[in-house]
Amino acid sequence: MSEFNDLYMEVILDHNKNPRNNGTIDDHTNHADGHNPLCGDSISLDLIVENNIVKEIKFIGSGCAISTASSSLLTEYIIGKETSEIRHLFEEFHELVTTDKSEANNLGKLSVFEGVKKYPARVKCATLAWHTLIAAIDGDKEVSTE
Amino acid sequence: MVKEEFPILSKNINNKPLIYLDNASTTQKPTSVIDEIQNYYESTNSNIHRGVHHLSQKATEEYEDSRKKIQEFIGANSSKEIVFVRGATEAVNLVANSYVKPLLSEGDNIIISQMEHHANIVPWQIISKQKKTEIRVIPINEKGELILSELDNLIDKQTKFISLNHVSNSLGTVNPIDQLIKKAHHNNIRIMIDGAQAVQHMKVNVSDLDVDFYCFSGHKMYGPTGIGVLYGKKEILDKMEPYQGGGDMIKSVTFEKTIYNDVPHIFEAGTPNIVGAIGLGKAIDFIEKTTLEKIEEHEMNLLNYATKKIGEIEGVKIIGTSSKKASVISFVMEGIHPHDIGTIMDNLGIAIRAGHHCTQPVMDFYDVPATARASFAIYNTEEDVDKLIEGIQKTKEVFA
Repeated sequence: MSEFNDLYMEVILDHNKNPRNNGTIDDHTNHADGHNPLCGDSISLDLIVENNIVKEIKFIGSGCAISTASSSLLTEYIIGKETSEIRHLFEEFHELVTTDKSEANNLGKLSVFEGVKKYPARVKCATLAWHTLIAAIDGDKEVSTE
Repeated sequence: MVKEEFPILSKNINNKPLIYLDNASTTQKPTSVIDEIQNYYESTNSNIHRGVHHLSQKATEEYEDSRKKIQEFIGANSSKEIVFVRGATEAVNLVANSYVKPLLSEGDNIIISQMEHHANIVPWQIISKQKKTEIRVIPINEKGELILSELDNLIDKQTKFISLNHVSNSLGTVNPIDQLIKKAHHNNIRIMIDGAQAVQHMKVNVSDLDVDFYCFSGHKMYGPTGIGVLYGKKEILDKMEPYQGGGDMIKSVTFEKTIYNDVPHIFEAGTPNIVGAIGLGKAIDFIEKTTLEKIEEHEMNLLNYATKKIGEIEGVKIIGTSSKKASVISFVMEGIHPHDIGTIMDNLGIAIRAGHHCTQPVMDFYDVPATARASFAIYNTEEDVDKLIEGIQKTKEVFA
């Protein structure tokens, strides 16, 4: 199985199987739905943002292992972070999964997605949750990655 | 070995020998087709139908010879009934715009089916929106077969056209088109059959079928991309509006009046895909040399073998279980998204398709976002199927 370890890391498989922060928040302050029409992946995010800090976040979605694990790991990682910081993290994450130059200094556990860059067809799977998160922070209701 | 005639099949992908099982998307090309394309550009290249010089005449001859070859291949009565198009998609758009649209009045309807490719849905939606007409859909059953009895409920006096696929690209179902054509004609309705997934697998004779329009794409039958065929009965083509205006589709042009060319040239505006048409002729030579009987027998053996093997794996479900199928096998795996299956297969050098296959209504019917699909051609072997099975097992291990 070693040949798949660069993409399907243990952490990714684990979060795919047991997604964290799965669910909805009734009294959310921000919400957005994301779709990847090409794959049929979808995600729905609920957030509570107070003083520009993400206090709580939950997601429901359907998609491949990469998109599910990305949603799960992302929600874990950004709780307690400021929205401006989250935007920087997305830029860093995007660089991580699309280029060789990223150092992923601030991405912590999220650096497990580095393997995605070898699979250009899967970049959108890894970034759908991010696009949706930024849309939710910006107050947009819907985002599509096509 | 047929495989040896296809240079790409000896290549490595991700450091593994390529196992190509995405033939319903496009087939690989034999050396004879590849060489013909190179040879054309090296020694014949010229524009057709207008030059007096030697190369132009040679190019015209080869282009028109290919048309005759296609006529014989599908049993048309005349080569004038063969229109070169970019592919099956353009053929549907041509018929929708040049034949069906002028027939439509508000409140009329067009019948298609639930298993159509988007290419046999969207063109009808476009003209239906323009003409305020309705699209009616023949439903499918759990096995992925048309529910034929429903057709009687759909047809009425305002049904102006029926367009159905011969073989479903996502389910593999072979539809009983002879019955459907008879039913359409019994109700005085013209019918088009999209044969993009059929002509490479089984003998099709448009005259015996008495079908009004039939279309297919070159690249799914060992030929080049960007070339396809629309067959239409001459008496229908003769009365149709042009599709696009331009050079070659006219006899004379003044600012006051333009006289159109005869069929099929009236539908071939502009410089066509000459080398594509000639390459398609070579692809037909390849099919005829191999014979469709042999191709069909070989592919059915592979389909049956794969169906049995996949059926034995726990947690894998085949989507599309009609008793009459072409060599297309769609499947889903419990708890594993088809894109993850596709990526793992790719790592093993196995090319399959993962997605909705441009048939979203079919995915909705089975309530799946996508399927994984393996589709076989003449060059595939039982060893290829064994590799596919290994790939499925590996996928299960990774996601265990």
